[in-house]
Amino acid sequence: MNSTTALTWFARHELRLAWREWLAMMTAGRKGRKRAAIIGLLVFAAVMHLPAYAVIGKFADLQAPLDKPTLIVITSTIFLAWALMLSQAIESVTRVFYARADLDLIMSSPVRLANIFSVRIAAIALSVIAMALLLSTPFVDVLVIGGGVRWFAAFGVVGAIGLSAAAVAIAVTIVLFRLIGPSRTRLVAQILAAIIGAGFVIALQIAAILSYGTLSRFAVLTSDAAAAFAPELESMVWWPARAALGDGEALLCLVAGALMLLGVVMAIFSPRFADTAVSVSAHAAPAPEGSRRAAFRAGSRPQALRWKELLLLRRDPWLVSQTLMQLLYLVPPAVMLWRSFSDSSGAIVLVTPVIVMAAGQLAGGLAWLTISGEDAADLVATAPLPASRVIRAKIEVVLIVIGAIFAPMVLALLFASPLQAMVTALAVAIAAASATAIQLWFRVQAKRSQFRRRQTSSRLATFAEAFSSIGWAATAALTLAVPIAGLITGLMTAAIVAATWKISPQRA
Amino acid sequence: MKPQQSALQVRGLTKRFDRPAVDALDLTVRSGEFYALVGPNGAGKTTTLRMVAGLLRPDAGSVAVFDIDALKDPVAAKQAMAWVSDEPMIYDKLTPLEYLEFVAGLWGIDPAVSRASAHDLLVSLGLEPHCDERCEGFSKGMRQKVALAGALVHDPRLIILDEPLTGLDAVSARHVKGLLGDRVRAGCTVIMTTHILEVAERMADRIGVIAAGRLVAEGTLAELRQQNGRTDTSLEDLFIALVHSEAAAA
Repeated sequence: MNSTTALTWFARHELRLAWREWLAMMTAGRKGRKRAAIIGLLVFAAVMHLPAYAVIGKFADLQAPLDKPTLIVITSTIFLAWALMLSQAIESVTRVFYARADLDLIMSSPVRLANIFSVRIAAIALSVIAMALLLSTPFVDVLVIGGGVRWFAAFGVVGAIGLSAAAVAIAVTIVLFRLIGPSRTRLVAQILAAIIGAGFVIALQIAAILSYGTLSRFAVLTSDAAAAFAPELESMVWWPARAALGDGEALLCLVAGALMLLGVVMAIFSPRFADTAVSVSAHAAPAPEGSRRAAFRAGSRPQALRWKELLLLRRDPWLVSQTLMQLLYLVPPAVMLWRSFSDSSGAIVLVTPVIVMAAGQLAGGLAWLTISGEDAADLVATAPLPASRVIRAKIEVVLIVIGAIFAPMVLALLFASPLQAMVTALAVAIAAASATAIQLWFRVQAKRSQFRRRQTSSRLATFAEAFSSIGWAATAALTLAVPIAGLITGLMTAAIVAATWKISPQRA
Repeated sequence: MKPQQSALQVRGLTKRFDRPAVDALDLTVRSGEFYALVGPNGAGKTTTLRMVAGLLRPDAGSVAVFDIDALKDPVAAKQAMAWVSDEPMIYDKLTPLEYLEFVAGLWGIDPAVSRASAHDLLVSLGLEPHCDERCEGFSKGMRQKVALAGALVHDPRLIILDEPLTGLDAVSARHVKGLLGDRVRAGCTVIMTTHILEVAERMADRIGVIAAGRLVAEGTLAELRQQNGRTDTSLEDLFIALVHSEAAAA
């Protein structure tokens, strides 16, 4: 097999792996669900055209030349998409380093490693682009139907920003390895991915709150101040926006630039990819200094369980990044809360649903990790304490963590509006309890490392958890604004939770 | 003379999946005995021991651990037992010392006692230099040793081990065998499944041969030889003969 054939073969292998990983994510690894997953995806894509039309339909008629505020809005949207792709790409690169079990096989094969890893880098870029194309297709479709075929150029922009995001992600991750070592990179890369993914939106929201007292990002983007700071209309900064509108020259430059960037990253980092992978596989993370204590903790058996769960949650890099993401989204409402102390506007009511929603979602993730994600299930099952005590200790851990995270916000709210603080606290408790209960009813023994795929074990539980969080968030907000509407929404959400219990496997 | 207490008494134990996995099994293991359970793949060894450890509910039958009904009072029975599976289940994000602290806490052992015991176990298993490293970087053998230390740290009266020597190097395997031998000499009961018949032959006081979910032969090596009329044969030859004759009868 010559070098070109070997690389083509490896590229096919990588694409097949990526396809199967994605398929396993969609089907929970169950045979016979492939057709259902594809049909579900097509239906989802079709349905997505409706929100896409609502969000973007009015922009289909846009024609060049554009004014500055419009260019700012389009460019910011493209930058947001790029930030999200970068976040996903960093996560993919980290997964390749830490979770793939084939590195030994690849590195022991008689093929030039730099070439092999170039293909792997290209595969990461392709998977990032494929996901972005999948999500952007309904939006581009709406623009093409409403504004003509020139909008097809937007697919080219998606491809170009996908390529550049993958290139930057690989460079960032490998530089992190060099700077802080393999053990910290995993955590830092996860945190970085969360900050990049959410950071841009949050920064805009904070700017909007501080300047205009609203959570709307468009208030900042379309402001005179933004237009005054923006570069001239001929600037390169606007190339992505122009390319999306069908400017062939801008599109060509964008794609060429992205390809060149990825090529440079491949040339520089492919040879180092192997070294980095080796250092990851050889590395065992030492505990922080001072962990060797003279004595073991005294306490009851449930206390031992709670201590173990809290320690594992604290040391889980995926969870830390997820929690950080949730907490980052709480920053804008926190700023709004802080601002409201000197402002009598009613915008503060928006804080409550955001907090309740975040609490429900976080509780669901924590409950899955503690209840289903038990790596030593046999050990816990053979321990001399009843199963009910084990479950109770695990639920207590979820509630302790939720309490620790959300209590400060509720306390701050108490100073602004005692009634709102009370409603928020109650809704946080109900949302967290509902999400935990759903995870308990649908629990399936799994490894903690399967956390990212937890939604595949039961789609029903995933949807029920999401609807429950949204429902309790809406209930809390409406209780403050229109109490009777809050009561109705609360009853509807309680009915959803009750229906979920009725059809849950634990009840059966 | 006072009759010797049985560490484990199983009567009519039955478990069916798509076919009978354990078929009305009767088994008695005496206190202070090293008992080896051998049998071909799929014979029902692991299923039997998982039912004894409380990890699987039997369809029928009874399990008594030191005269405690393990089905009626599982918590009291579990207090006296430890279970080690062939696939070591430990926490990647805990260090061996933290793992042992957790296990000791679960069994409600006095921290002062368990700390000293944990230290001794880590030293004797050669894990002391790694006691502050997280288990995520450990080899399978090291993980197995951590799991074994977890089983021993609460000083159980009955240790049940499912293929405990899988993945261990020769030195570690000898360590583990020595450790188990010491425990038996100290009065502990050990029940172990193994495919390494030489280990069963050397270490076990009695050997049970299980096939198709039933105990087809039981006794010391000499008794097994006598039962089969082969006075000068190895356990391996006996095992093959027993399993073949059982398969032929089925």
